[in-house]
Amino acid sequence: MTLTATHELAIDIGGMPILVRTDSSEFAALLEDRYGSFIHAPSSDRIFSLDIDLIPPRTILEDEDVSVRMESGRWIITRGDFRSEFDPRSGHGWVRQSANPYSIDGVLRILHSLFLAREGGFLVHAASAVRNGRAFLFAGVSGAGKTTLSRLAPPDAEVLTDEISYVRPATQLQPTEPRPSGSGYEAFGTPFAGELARIGANLRAPLAALYLLVQGPENRIEPVDPAEAARAVLRNILFFAHDEELVGLVFQSVFDFVARVPVQRLVFTPDARVWELIV
Amino acid sequence: MNDVYPARSKQVAARMLGGEMMIMSPTDASLFNLNDVGSAIWNAADGRTSLDEIVVRLCDEFEVTPEAARHDAETFVEELAAHGILNLSEQPIVPAASGLQEIK
Repeated sequence: MTLTATHELAIDIGGMPILVRTDSSEFAALLEDRYGSFIHAPSSDRIFSLDIDLIPPRTILEDEDVSVRMESGRWIITRGDFRSEFDPRSGHGWVRQSANPYSIDGVLRILHSLFLAREGGFLVHAASAVRNGRAFLFAGVSGAGKTTLSRLAPPDAEVLTDEISYVRPATQLQPTEPRPSGSGYEAFGTPFAGELARIGANLRAPLAALYLLVQGPENRIEPVDPAEAARAVLRNILFFAHDEELVGLVFQSVFDFVARVPVQRLVFTPDARVWELIV
Repeated sequence: MNDVYPARSKQVAARMLGGEMMIMSPTDASLFNLNDVGSAIWNAADGRTSLDEIVVRLCDEFEVTPEAARHDAETFVEELAAHGILNLSEQPIVPAASGLQEIK
């Protein structure tokens, strides 16, 4: 495959920039619009890269399940609307898709879930926000209230996402940064939005707590036993690969997570007073 | 079911948390929570101990009839075997479950 790559954009999510190359100025503009503050200028510290091979729009099998499998050392990622291959050793791959933002979005979610599995982190169905310099996660399935809670966020809270949160053990990205403290985990903003239809703030902050969302007649926080916490987090993890080793790593990462991060149930009634509990 | 020797599969991730044994299938990511009886079977599934012997242990350890213990144990090992969590063999397996990734 020969590509004439004329446009390069680094999409930096979770401190792991992926350099995306396309020969279409229209698609490059679409990416800039879609990923906003998550787009960086290309730099020498990139780790991963993707060439985009645009094909004409065609009938899409939207219901086709995503498939992620390793073949001959390469990840083969397919869905009804795209095909992608990625070589984790070289950090390079390609995506064949039509000029739409949803396909590349799917590829990025999957690649980050694979990267994170080896780092002790994960993507999780959760809203997240930063308040007073600390991050809070609000996990739940569709309809649990992730978007509602995000909409109710007060002005001093920065919403990281209303749909898919990005969590990994804290690291010093720069030697000059203070050593990580607290739970030992950080949450990052993501461009993966739900019904809020707004990309998250491109921030990271030490993770203070994870709340399991339940709507109820009043606002209160309830304790959750460790086994229930682990089950709930596992239920909400995004992981696509049929790979025994990585499934085992994600499983162990979740147990490490619940051993260090407070997990509680947030019963809330949909009004802004719920945020009085999130401090 | 003839007597079998259950053995924990390689690559299975298992953790004891808050008194519950939790196991995830490496093949389909199904999550299992084991109760006391299930945990006892799981811990005994070393590939060298037959299901008959495990049933005797269950009867000693829990207030259960041999028939009920046998039925529960057979159902349990068949379900976990269907998810790739246990291997069932008609002969003892040696060495047993050397690749188990169990973290306590």
